[in-house]
Amino acid sequence: MNEQRLSERVLTQEQRKQIDHWLSKFPQEGKRSALIPALHIAQDGNGGYLTNELMDAVAEYIGIEPTWAYEAATFYSMFDTQPVGRHKVNICTNIACMLMGSDDIVAHCEKRLGIKLGETTADNRITLKIEEECLAGCAFGPMMVVDGHYHTQLTPEKVDEILDNLE
Amino acid sequence: MTDNAEATNPETVTIEVDGRELEVPKGSMLIEATDNADIHVPRFCYHRKLSVVANCRMCLVDVEKAPKPLPACATPVAEGMKVRTRSERALKAQKGVMEFLLINHPLDCPICDQGGECELQDLALGYGRGVSRFTERKRAVEDEDLGPLISTEMTRCIHCTRCVRFLEEVAGTRELAALNRGEHTEIGTYVGAGVHSEMSGNIIDLCPVGALTSKPYRFSARSWEMLSHPSVSAHDCVGSNLQIHHVRGAIKRIVPRDNESVNECWIADRDRFAYEGVYSGERLQAPMVRDDSGAWQETDWETALEVAGEHLKGVVTREGGDALGTLVGPTATIEEMYLAGRLTRGLGSANIDARLREADFSDQDRSGTFPALGIELEALDGVEAALLVGSEPRWDQPIVNHRLRKAALQGGAIMSLNYRAQDLNYPLAAERVAAPADMVAEFAAVAAALLETATGRQAPEGLDDLLAGAQVGEAHRAMAARLRDNARTAVLLGQGVQAHPRGAVLRMLGTLVADLSDSRFGILTDGPNQAGAWLAGAVPHRDAGGQPASQPGLDARAMTEAPRQGYLVLGAEPERDCWDGAAAEAALRQAASVVCLTAFVTDAMREYAQVLLPVGTFGETAGTYVSAEGRWQSFPGVAQPVGEARPAWKVLRVLGNVLELDGFEYDAPDAITDELAERCREETPSARVEWLAPGREAAAEDGLYRVGLVPIYGGDALVRRAPALQRTRHATEQGVRISAATAQQQGLADADRVQVQQGGHSTVLPLIIDDALADGAVWVPAGLTATAGLGPMFGPVALARA
Repeated sequence: MNEQRLSERVLTQEQRKQIDHWLSKFPQEGKRSALIPALHIAQDGNGGYLTNELMDAVAEYIGIEPTWAYEAATFYSMFDTQPVGRHKVNICTNIACMLMGSDDIVAHCEKRLGIKLGETTADNRITLKIEEECLAGCAFGPMMVVDGHYHTQLTPEKVDEILDNLE
Repeated sequence: MTDNAEATNPETVTIEVDGRELEVPKGSMLIEATDNADIHVPRFCYHRKLSVVANCRMCLVDVEKAPKPLPACATPVAEGMKVRTRSERALKAQKGVMEFLLINHPLDCPICDQGGECELQDLALGYGRGVSRFTERKRAVEDEDLGPLISTEMTRCIHCTRCVRFLEEVAGTRELAALNRGEHTEIGTYVGAGVHSEMSGNIIDLCPVGALTSKPYRFSARSWEMLSHPSVSAHDCVGSNLQIHHVRGAIKRIVPRDNESVNECWIADRDRFAYEGVYSGERLQAPMVRDDSGAWQETDWETALEVAGEHLKGVVTREGGDALGTLVGPTATIEEMYLAGRLTRGLGSANIDARLREADFSDQDRSGTFPALGIELEALDGVEAALLVGSEPRWDQPIVNHRLRKAALQGGAIMSLNYRAQDLNYPLAAERVAAPADMVAEFAAVAAALLETATGRQAPEGLDDLLAGAQVGEAHRAMAARLRDNARTAVLLGQGVQAHPRGAVLRMLGTLVADLSDSRFGILTDGPNQAGAWLAGAVPHRDAGGQPASQPGLDARAMTEAPRQGYLVLGAEPERDCWDGAAAEAALRQAASVVCLTAFVTDAMREYAQVLLPVGTFGETAGTYVSAEGRWQSFPGVAQPVGEARPAWKVLRVLGNVLELDGFEYDAPDAITDELAERCREETPSARVEWLAPGREAAAEDGLYRVGLVPIYGGDALVRRAPALQRTRHATEQGVRISAATAQQQGLADADRVQVQQGGHSTVLPLIIDDALADGAVWVPAGLTATAGLGPMFGPVALARA
């Protein structure tokens, strides 16, 4: 039988401490609110993506049904449930950026990296994410988010520089 | 929702809908107001028993002064609100929503199982466009296997999320999720875990489209060719109300019939899918008798009834009336029980019993009218505290569990004293796990805890003997306090008390605890009709009408332990249905004459019986069940009996005539029902057992002790033969369960399979280490094929590595 709780086996003590921090911010009946930060913590500790086991562990640790974790992890594009490259590149293709030429930026990235949106380079360096929602940089489009950092008013040259500097 | 609003705020507001003035409770939603006024507003996601999400947008209506159409399901009523549900703006909005819903929905109704009874199809006809303008590609969704009961065709899903909400809010198992988003939204488990709730079939009814359909029923009939008749579930003492859908007498499926006081609009999977057993290959097709060499021969009814009559008459003539015993199975109707009782007594025997799974009858003369629930099912929703003793309602009476869950979610303290930790879909306020030998002392300790604070109440004589040295602990005091300090409380005993060798003492303690804490007291009985058995005279100590019998006969256990020369078996498989299956089988084998009225024939039956008479099952027989609440519920015979089978009441009537007994002239079952009802008029239900000082029991011997309760899909012959239910996890994951400590002590920690030995009988079963169990308790389910013919449901047992 399961002598040890899944969350104690799969999540590090440090991760659990971080989740505790988030849990402390919400009342007991609203503990589900800690799910998104907890999933981030688990994802960050696992090379940028979530496994089923990690989602189960997070749900168990928070004390909610695992289906809640699956829903959140598959709903938000900031979570990945398949292995990803070391860097995540999210190019905004929402309307403002599209009007500013984001399609060209996407085409340029795809050509330069030799992959399509949603794919990862063979050397596991970069994943080009399919971004569904506006990334809130409309005044400075086209723009993209690389590993959480905003890069605005993109040109192909600027994109090359950014991508080349990724390890 | 409405109820709460009314209770806390009795005011109403006046609104106008389609020109009609309506007085509606403040705080209710528009759709509740229109539903109550019979004004139809189309909807998919709204369901009165589920939370409001307003995600389908189908119920858009035109509200005066609102800038846009508003969803009726999520718009609270307000004074003076003027609503038009059929204005041009409303219709245009509904038409627009419908067009979007149909964008990704296949337009191939003729090949969909839901076709003809589909809410989307109906509303598309009423509210949609005639022609689709959508020429782009539709999306397709891969189907997921949710288990043996529910079929999926997820491409048809319109994401109303009723299934997700039902499982979360009602079934208490959030097994389905709305995954991904936008156009990619899918309903599923994500990990392929399947849906295992004991109430899962309700999502088939809730699904407004053909995405979730019944796997056993799928593609076997069309809704417009079926007739629908009311019926009552034959599998627990709740008596859930059903509709049988059949085609020319062949049952196709079972759906719930709304009855707010019993099952609301839900039924358990057992109620829904057990009908499959009706068409089992083990049905007895024709009457059978033995020829001179002892070989079985099919024969006609007349001959078979003659032979049956000769056997029964022969036994009582040769050996006297007392040589005959009648065993009545769990699903018999009161009409059958009444006739069987009169027939048995007419032959000079008082040995008749339907309490096949009980062990202790010593309180039967001190008991109330019948083992009643003692509280209305509806009132269970609102209990502030309830103590379950030896009862696992989630598996035994799923609707009772559903109601207790509602109470628990409102803060009610549900507590359990049982042989294993409960596996529940709500939190328990207190729980004690006790080995069978400690059960009496544990329960007595709760009574003693109540006595500590009861002023002016003396401990009844002999309570100390029941405590047998056990100390009242904090846990007992906590349970006692919850019962004592709350107003709406109940003490409910289950099959773990009924089958306990000291069941009488436990029932007496239940009465005492309920008295001391001013709680309702009741028993969650076995099968659908235990109450009926007590009223119909299918017990040895009560005549029909519940009057004490002048000459009590032998109870079910005595009839198997002191074998009779002749047996009449009505709808039972004694080797599986009796408390001591081994003793029952042995008794039947040694008897000279065994006449079985049975729907199914087993190998054991072919060996011990002399006459086999095929009778109708659930759906094929008209009759009445009396639920534990005391509710008499009659139902018609709907299905054509299989083969030569006849309703058992008719068989008993003719048998009565063959035996030349008086008063067996009935034309219809209601004549029997009315006659019996007339005799039961005085009776008020009560399961109370008056106190009688018990003697001190010899201390139980140390060692392993069987707890052999009946699992959810093992209770009666029909459900045991329902293939889909038998493929569920609840049925397949059966085995011997012991705690890790017990396994360690027995040297079985690493064994996969064990041999279970009871008396001279043994069987081999998978071993499951389960720390929910009390140490020393060995969980060996009763009622299964693998455990048929083992010894008592409760008793010493030995385990050996297999």
